[in-house]
Amino acid sequence: MENVITAIRVVPLEHYVYLSFLLFCIGVAGVVFRRNTIIILMCIELMFNSVNLLLAAFSAHHSDPRGQVFVFFIMLVAAAEVTVGLAILVMMKRYANSVDVNQLNTLKW
Amino acid sequence: MVNTGVLAPLVPLLPLLGAVVIGALRRRMGAVQAGALATAMIGAGFAISLVLFAGFDTAAGGTTVRLLDWMAVTGMDIPLALRVDALSLTMMLIVTGVGTLIHLYSIGYMHDDPRAATFFSNLNLFTFCMLVLVMGSNFLVTFVGWEGVGLCSYLLIGFWYTRPDYNYAARKAFVMNRIGDVGMVLAMVLLFHLFGTLEYAAIMDKAAGMRWNDPLLVTATLLLVLGATGKSAQVPLFTWLPDAMAGPTPVSALIHAATMVTAGIFLVVRGSVLFELAPFTQEVIVWVGTATALLAASIGLLQNDIKKVLAYSTVSQLGYMFVALGTGAYGAAMFHVTTHAFFKALLFLGAGSVIHALGGEQDIRKMGGLKGKVRTTYLTFLAGTAAISGLPLLSGFFSKDLIMAHAFQHGPEVFVLLLIGALFTAFYMFRLLFLVFFGTYRGEAEPHESPITMTLPLVVLAVLSVVGGVLNLPHLFGGNEALKHYLGTAAAGIANEELVLSAATEIALMAVTLVLVALTIVLAHARFVKRTTLEGDPAAMPPLKRLVAERWRIDELYARLFERPYAWLSRTLHRIGEERVVVPLMNGVGTVAIRTGQALRKLQTGNASFHLLAMAAGIIIFLLITLLTDPR
Repeated sequence: MENVITAIRVVPLEHYVYLSFLLFCIGVAGVVFRRNTIIILMCIELMFNSVNLLLAAFSAHHSDPRGQVFVFFIMLVAAAEVTVGLAILVMMKRYANSVDVNQLNTLKW
Repeated sequence: MVNTGVLAPLVPLLPLLGAVVIGALRRRMGAVQAGALATAMIGAGFAISLVLFAGFDTAAGGTTVRLLDWMAVTGMDIPLALRVDALSLTMMLIVTGVGTLIHLYSIGYMHDDPRAATFFSNLNLFTFCMLVLVMGSNFLVTFVGWEGVGLCSYLLIGFWYTRPDYNYAARKAFVMNRIGDVGMVLAMVLLFHLFGTLEYAAIMDKAAGMRWNDPLLVTATLLLVLGATGKSAQVPLFTWLPDAMAGPTPVSALIHAATMVTAGIFLVVRGSVLFELAPFTQEVIVWVGTATALLAASIGLLQNDIKKVLAYSTVSQLGYMFVALGTGAYGAAMFHVTTHAFFKALLFLGAGSVIHALGGEQDIRKMGGLKGKVRTTYLTFLAGTAAISGLPLLSGFFSKDLIMAHAFQHGPEVFVLLLIGALFTAFYMFRLLFLVFFGTYRGEAEPHESPITMTLPLVVLAVLSVVGGVLNLPHLFGGNEALKHYLGTAAAGIANEELVLSAATEIALMAVTLVLVALTIVLAHARFVKRTTLEGDPAAMPPLKRLVAERWRIDELYARLFERPYAWLSRTLHRIGEERVVVPLMNGVGTVAIRTGQALRKLQTGNASFHLLAMAAGIIIFLLITLLTDPR
């Protein structure tokens, strides 16, 4: 364990922040601009994990285990979210015979 | 020794029980069953009152029966308590005694009314409220009964609710009473401020330490008088009482004789100590009473409805009682309350018997010559008429003369005005008697004598009207004013009441009154028996007579002064406030909401990726705001 933390500390903290920011932006861009629902779900996962990475990095650098504990919780929530999301995806495929998010346009005034 | 603590609450509770039971079973009870139960309940109340009366120790002054704590907080203790003393016992005996006779009479009078059970329920409730009023040991308990009789009078006056004018009369009674009630409430607040209690006994004790003519006390007593003028139908709030004739005749008898209108007199006697300290208020009472006595008596001269004549006569007699109160003659006022209860109940029930005999006819122009046809009614009505006119040795003679003597002692001008009122009284009462029972019959219906349940109360009341004077026989006639001394043990003010006129003056006053009354009766005889004078259409009369026949146009005056401005104000406020301000404002709020909604709902495109974009944009915007405005 000590080795892992030492290994993480080898890289300066700023680099983690830049990487996380980049991953998060990719996630946001994917959610906003892609039409395939599977890709959107994956992009959401990407955003989760960018945050997880950041939490783990700060946790190691500050010698505070709470950040890593929080990562586990987020993973749990993300797993649940993916379950629901994939179920919706299956229903959507059956209903509209497509996974194009623009097909979901009946929820309006 | 009588157990007052157990018996006293039973007196009001029995009629209440009757009211509840009859009210609950009103659809299953016939008129006779309901009437019998109601009569039994109040009759039992009368019997208990008699027992209490017999066992009452005047030396003790009075007993307070505390039933429940009502309002008990720091600095304020108002219990639900009853007070048994000479004053409340006298009123209890009148209310339950005369009330029993009226209930009994109603069984005959209401026997074919489909809602008779409801009627008896209301009648019992009325009696209950009046008993609470007279038995309360503090102003607030009295006030409960005070409001209760107002409510019951509304229910009973408007008993035949299908007639709109009857409903109007009931509402009028209620509203007029309400004006007086405001005075009563304000008076209670002031008295609590002054004395820190509303208990009669405590106020009496503390009033001894009050300054004479204290401005606050004068205000409080004036407000009490306002309350009393409402209930006791004095100028300016008297117009409801003649209209209250809309109710069934027994109700009129109950309102006019035993209950309701005596409440105002009772209240002033209860607070006699306070009034003794406020001479200005007393002067006001004297003049209110005098004005009422004269005004109402003059209106009575030209009325054609048998019940209206009696109604104005009641208003006028209440004026006499007020004069007595104002001159400090509380005993005389209570004496007149008592005798008036006898003969006015008698007269109203007699009038009811006549109306019943003629199948609902109330216009005296369509009566006449009933003397031989309804013999018992005639004889008893004669006794009542003689008593109210003050013929010698009848009850009204003693009570009215006592008031007149006190008025003379107060000021000869009051005496003269009251004398004129008394002459009016004799004139209109004998006019009524002559037009109804003498001459030839002018109606169509076939008259028949009323059943025994109706004539029996008449006979009992006739006897009481004749001999009622012995209750308070003056020294001049070998008595010792028993009622006054009895009441003196309850209300301290009565003890101060003393007639200091010499016997010669008293006899002279009496003689003048009697001669003039006799002349008036002769005049009435000449006008209504020798030749039958019937009043025609008021429009054809000379101006002054027309004004009197149209009841001095007081109702029209009130309509002009209050009703019309109020209606105008309401209409104007509706036109400006409602139509120009409130309605546009409310509609504007609605319109704005609708327009905003219509504009904003365009955002709901239903496109999931657009929603995602909006969400992401929102988060980013909030994030930026947070970052940029963070003070660190």
